[in-house]
Amino acid sequence: MKIVVCVKRVPEIDQIKVANDRIEASGAGMTNPFDMYAIEEAIRIKEKTSGEVIALTVGSEDSDLALREALSIGVDSAVRVWQDDIKESDILATAGILSAAIEKIGDVDLAIFGKQAVDDDASSVSGAVGGFLGFPQVLFVKKIREIDEGKLVAERATEDGFDIVETSLPAVISVVKEINEPRLPSLKGKMKAKKAPIEVLGLADIGLETTAVGAASPSRQIKAEEPPPRPAGEILQGSSPEELADALIAKLKEEKLI
Amino acid sequence: MDYLLTESQEQMRSTAHRIAEDNVKAVRAEYDEKGTFPWDIIRKLAEEELYGSFIPREYGGSGEGIFSVALITEQLARACGGVALAYSVNAFATTPIILFGNEEQKRKYLPDIASANKIAAFSITEKDAGSDASAVKATAIKDGDHYVLNGRKQWIINAGEADVYVVIFIVDPQRGARSATAFIVDKDTPGFTFGPKDNKMGIRASTTRDLIFENCRIHENQMLGKVGQGFRVAMRSFDFASRPGMSAQALGIAQGALDEAVAYSQQRVQFDKKISSFQAIQVMLADNAGRVEAARLLLYHLCRLIDKGEQKVTKLASMSKVLCSDAAMSATTDAVQIFGGYGYMKEFPVEKMMRDAKITQIYDGTNQIQRFVIATELTKEYARKSS
Amino acid sequence: MDYFLTETQQEIRDLAYRIAEEKIKPVRAEYDEKGTFPWDIARVLSDSDLFGSYIPEEYGGLGEGLFSGILVTEQLARICSGIALVFEGTLLGTYPLILFGNEEQKEKYLPRIANAEIISAFGMTESGAGSDATGIKSTATKDGDHYILNGTKQWITNAVEAEVYTVVCLTDKERGIRSATAFIVERGTPGFGFGKKENKMGIRASSTAELVFEDCRVHKSAILGKVGQGLRVAMDTFDMTRPVVAAQAIGLAQGALDEAVTYSQQRVQFGSKIASFQSIQTMLADMAMKIESSRLLLYHLCRLADRGDKDLTKLSAIAKLISSDMAMQVTVDAVQIFGGYGYMRDYPIEKMLRDAKITQIYEGTNQIQRLIIANELIREYNRSKR
Repeated sequence: MKIVVCVKRVPEIDQIKVANDRIEASGAGMTNPFDMYAIEEAIRIKEKTSGEVIALTVGSEDSDLALREALSIGVDSAVRVWQDDIKESDILATAGILSAAIEKIGDVDLAIFGKQAVDDDASSVSGAVGGFLGFPQVLFVKKIREIDEGKLVAERATEDGFDIVETSLPAVISVVKEINEPRLPSLKGKMKAKKAPIEVLGLADIGLETTAVGAASPSRQIKAEEPPPRPAGEILQGSSPEELADALIAKLKEEKLI
Repeated sequence: MDYLLTESQEQMRSTAHRIAEDNVKAVRAEYDEKGTFPWDIIRKLAEEELYGSFIPREYGGSGEGIFSVALITEQLARACGGVALAYSVNAFATTPIILFGNEEQKRKYLPDIASANKIAAFSITEKDAGSDASAVKATAIKDGDHYVLNGRKQWIINAGEADVYVVIFIVDPQRGARSATAFIVDKDTPGFTFGPKDNKMGIRASTTRDLIFENCRIHENQMLGKVGQGFRVAMRSFDFASRPGMSAQALGIAQGALDEAVAYSQQRVQFDKKISSFQAIQVMLADNAGRVEAARLLLYHLCRLIDKGEQKVTKLASMSKVLCSDAAMSATTDAVQIFGGYGYMKEFPVEKMMRDAKITQIYDGTNQIQRFVIATELTKEYARKSS
Repeated sequence: MDYFLTETQQEIRDLAYRIAEEKIKPVRAEYDEKGTFPWDIARVLSDSDLFGSYIPEEYGGLGEGLFSGILVTEQLARICSGIALVFEGTLLGTYPLILFGNEEQKEKYLPRIANAEIISAFGMTESGAGSDATGIKSTATKDGDHYILNGTKQWITNAVEAEVYTVVCLTDKERGIRSATAFIVERGTPGFGFGKKENKMGIRASSTAELVFEDCRVHKSAILGKVGQGLRVAMDTFDMTRPVVAAQAIGLAQGALDEAVTYSQQRVQFGSKIASFQSIQTMLADMAMKIESSRLLLYHLCRLADRGDKDLTKLSAIAKLISSDMAMQVTVDAVQIFGGYGYMRDYPIEKMLRDAKITQIYEGTNQIQRLIIANELIREYNRSKR
């Protein structure tokens, strides 16, 4: 079985600030935490069914960090798509690039994503990739019950339980945290991952034009703002518990909450 | 024990040890008594090519960095903390010229210092500016292409003996400490004189005097670094040269006291046994040996980092200074104790070692200020980590 | 700070730290409370290749020497020194095999230890032989090709969980300690059982119990090293494990300092963060300074040990002594900085203080370490005089 796991480098939460109407991030960044579950699941499927796992990302050299993390945990090889024109690509353009790369890799049975990236929280790329490739998609998978050549049975998390979904392969899935507990890398894995080659593809390599990506994306970000600070709460005053309770009841009534 | 030193470091250390044993031990009691400046030892160090070990090769030194100064100082201080200080302060005072001097200044001073034709001193301290160095008041007022120096610097080591003085002045009394600027002042510049010799508890072989500036005119090309850079000059020199040197001096004193204590405890017999066989004595020896070794390995690590170009060494430098000086105080006090009544007498060297040790907890920033520096660096580090 | 570590050493340290943060922190309070054995953490360590970091490569380890062992111990102990002992206790139980095992013995045990399939333990101490190891009384009486072991070993770390044990017994009561010999004993050998599991002040995630031998027959091929070499096996092992106890102490002190600095920047009294008070700053500075100097001494020791230096007894004793005294002081001060909160189990600090105490006691009390150091000093002095 040939599995592609799509990963993304995201900034560390505490390194983000909003400046000049844009989000700016410093620091090395980290692998999107949800992608760790996708990597783990891909490796578990491989361990069960044999085959290979390829980590894929779109991004500049900084993004090697996520690929190397995947390699250190047990992914077999890594592919990164980049040229400067890709900068500023939106969700749809990014999904198009990933789809083209998956087609280029060829004979892929399963593409796995984390349920969303913690930077934009869009949770849309996986579905769009399924659409581009014409693969069936099962999003928010919390358990894979069965997987073998040509068939997948999975539990899809819903708000109040789960659906059991059966689909043919190839397919696209995204996974939620409940699916597994990601392993830590091994030391030998880490040392090997540091030196492992990463295949870098340009747009021409995957048969895309620059007009489909980057500044030519269908949507663009106009402005970024920090959320307004939360207003200060009100502390009720009173000299006895009874008095405080009365004040609280009065307040709740005033707000029409009771 | 093996400290993973290079061959040349081993060489310098053993040469310094030989000089300490052969030359310093013979004169230490006399120099201590009379307060004699150890010119003979300095010449000897120059003869053996140790004096300029830290000065870059292109200026006549051996380019062996601050580690060489620490090793030499430590060995000299094992025999005499005062002599060691007279040597090591020169390296501290020369470092600002190495770090901030322009080509001309380096050419003018460094080769002479490397050969001990000239020796250097450094001064920032004043009557009211001790731990709080920002309180300096001595001024250098611009007058055409000259500066006019006025004020008094206090407790300056090697003062009067040195030929080259790196001194921190305020160039603008309004701006105060922010206008602090370093100058190189030559001995014998008119208007530059010295106060009387301070009469000290210990380190008596090194001279301590005030520097007095009364309308002393120097050319602007004697300025070291830029206007307003005075504190930077001082702080860098403290971190990169002074703290390692002072640490090494303290460490050497501690090692010397421990050497004496071990030797004496093997000779002294009480209750028909060598006192070294008593566990109460062994515990004292062991505790001091532990402190000395830990302080030494930290100091050596600091020197290695400085010599490979690490810039952020403030915290470790302060740690080194406190650990070494506290180890010196403890080792010397305990050595006197192990010697008993004999330790209190001038026939034995340990009472002098204890006197010499005390200053190491005070100068170069008191240990109280050093702890403040460490805590500040520490809280900064954690704030960085969590932000 | 730059400790001049190799790339591999840095990776080992970072990985161990990550394991401690991600896997140990969430469970340390529970393990401490219940006193259960952290098998799951042993697995995580072996999956990460760290469990046998110090075991030679040809026997399935990383071959990264003692230095790797202390780096792992330090990082684990930073979060929980009780759980760190699953690693540390095994190191103590395994070093005799590394140092004195023959090819067959190494082949048999080391690869299984390296992947945490089994763990090991070392038994020297007896009720009458603590600091004075020469007081051991357990016997191994020769009977044809076998030896019959009798006696009780006390306070053995990993006792109940281990699969393979190195124990030191006298083969000749008359000759006493000069006949001491090390034997490898496997769990389940008839006549080999366990005494009561101890209930301890700290390091509660590690198990401590007696090993009881009653006419336990082992084949002579189980002798580790040679007959009469038992004390040497123990002493050479301790030269390796004293640094590891130092690492445990340094790690736990660093953990306490981490907590204390963070807390002092949050806690406000008299309208200021307590970190701004000089009396607190002095405590923090002393803690940091002592930790750093203990660490640098320990790292130097490990560099010397890993390149094969002999005669490290003094430095190894110094490392153990100053690190554990330091850890005691640092954890007491950390509790003090936390004030009343520090005394409460809601914070990890009181546990660190309890965990610290043992480091001054085991692997040779600090009182014994001082005698070792003093005797080495005197020996050095006498040598230099000659």
